Amino acid sequence: MIEVKNLTKSYGNKHAVNDISFTVNQGEILGFLGPNGAGKSTTMNILTGYISSTSGTAKIDGHDILDDPIEAKKHIGYLPEHPPLYPDMTVQEYLEFVYQLKKARQPMKAHIDDVCRRVKITDVQKRIIKNLSKGYQQRVGLAQALIGNPEVLILDEPTVGLDPKQIIEIRNLIKTLGQRHTIILSSHILPEVQAVCDRVIVINKGKLVADDTAENLSHNLTEDFRYIARIEGPEEEVEKLLQGISGIVEVQSLGQKEPGVCEYSLEAEPGSDVRRELFKRLADRNYPLLGLKTTELTLEDIFLQLTQDSSAEQKTDGGNH
Amino acid sequence: MLAILKREMSNYFTSPIGYIFLAVFYFFAGMFFTSVLAANTTDITYVFSSLFTVLVFIIPLLTMRSMSEDKKQKTDQLLLTSPLNLSGLVAGKFLAAFLMYCIALAVTVVYSLIRAAFAVPEWPVVIGNILGALLLGAALISIGVFISSLTENQLIAAVGSFAVMMFILMIDGFASLVPIPQIASIITSLSFMSRYNDFVTGILNISNILFFISIAVVFNFFTVRVLEKRRWG
Repeated sequence: MIEVKNLTKSYGNKHAVNDISFTVNQGEILGFLGPNGAGKSTTMNILTGYISSTSGTAKIDGHDILDDPIEAKKHIGYLPEHPPLYPDMTVQEYLEFVYQLKKARQPMKAHIDDVCRRVKITDVQKRIIKNLSKGYQQRVGLAQALIGNPEVLILDEPTVGLDPKQIIEIRNLIKTLGQRHTIILSSHILPEVQAVCDRVIVINKGKLVADDTAENLSHNLTEDFRYIARIEGPEEEVEKLLQGISGIVEVQSLGQKEPGVCEYSLEAEPGSDVRRELFKRLADRNYPLLGLKTTELTLEDIFLQLTQDSSAEQKTDGGNH
Repeated sequence: MLAILKREMSNYFTSPIGYIFLAVFYFFAGMFFTSVLAANTTDITYVFSSLFTVLVFIIPLLTMRSMSEDKKQKTDQLLLTSPLNLSGLVAGKFLAAFLMYCIALAVTVVYSLIRAAFAVPEWPVVIGNILGALLLGAALISIGVFISSLTENQLIAAVGSFAVMMFILMIDGFASLVPIPQIASIITSLSFMSRYNDFVTGILNISNILFFISIAVVFNFFTVRVLEKRRWG
């Protein structure tokens, strides 16, 4: 549905977006993650035809945004970072204007009412936009993007300025929309991306540093599998036992946590699953395993690691589409 | 384009700008017409010849927000990402201002009819006058819209347009100060005033019509280029 190839945008010597490529399939919700100023908004502005790219192509449903802009734009609903509202108009007037601007084909009144119902702004439909709260204005912006039922929705930080209850509502709305639309969503709030998106793209300083599902990202980045095990029994013997298990590379005692119970940090060989073997051995010797947890990186850790450490780029970039 | 035209028109009337524009225009046009009536003449060319000066002051009012406001409110992101080409956008903005101007100018038709009650006017001259005023307005509006596209501050747009139009109004005076006759003649050939006065005095010259239309087309084209350049910047 969306195909981006070697997209670059330079301002003089500075690359705002540097050689980004990715594709988004129909019905997919893609999260765009990156610190402020990473190039998220620039990429979105290029995809929607607001600004041009310096080189590279972006295709929406097969239509190149530079060569065939009108046709490509017909398929896009865009909510920019600042919702593009005319403060002097009422919500109804504004949405009618957007309807005409986008040359939508649905019956106007029913369609606008339907969109308002979906983003829950029916109660303010007759009010003047400048008198609405930020949360409502944001939702009017979202309504604007939905007018004409475009196949592709590009949402730049859609939950900014909303209260926690509204954030959950909008996230659920986006998930529902994802059944019918292809969505790109940018955010610097990690749990949001994790909660809503099928796939995550991480960009930093204009470069794509990761493109994968949220789960895979944390898997791939944990170079080796680390476990924390809490085992009851004499510390030295347990440690020796653990070292004897094939697949375990390193054992380190973290000291006594409860009377007679110690915690151990285990490092397993990449790809090997030592949990069953671990349980069996301990059961044989009657050392109860009281707790076992993996220490996979959270999205926060990944984010920090990816955006700080450029060597991580090679490990995750360029695969897993 | 129609959506833009419609929104701009309703915007003129939801904000005070449209009313102020019409009120100022009607006030001065009415004053000129009253003095015509008081002079016991049926020649209303005086109304038209004085109109230029009024337009210099009030056309900027009409065009100052055309492009600058969208940039400031970031609504240009909506307009430029909609399935609408740039010339349609600029045409919509231009036509909205021009339509407001036509509503204002319509009052001169009323004056002509009032005058017709006293004596049979020279209709070709009256029509020529109105045509001249329409063309002059179109040219000035396109310049105003263009200047408005250069900034996101409507005050700067208004003052800038005002300065440029004032210069255009006084261009003949500047030409007479230039010692080199060739350059002076180039400057006078760009004079809006002398061309507009041809219309007012009842001379219909095709080159004058083409001049004003060209100015309008060229500046609307420039506005499109400014928007395009911003995209490529």
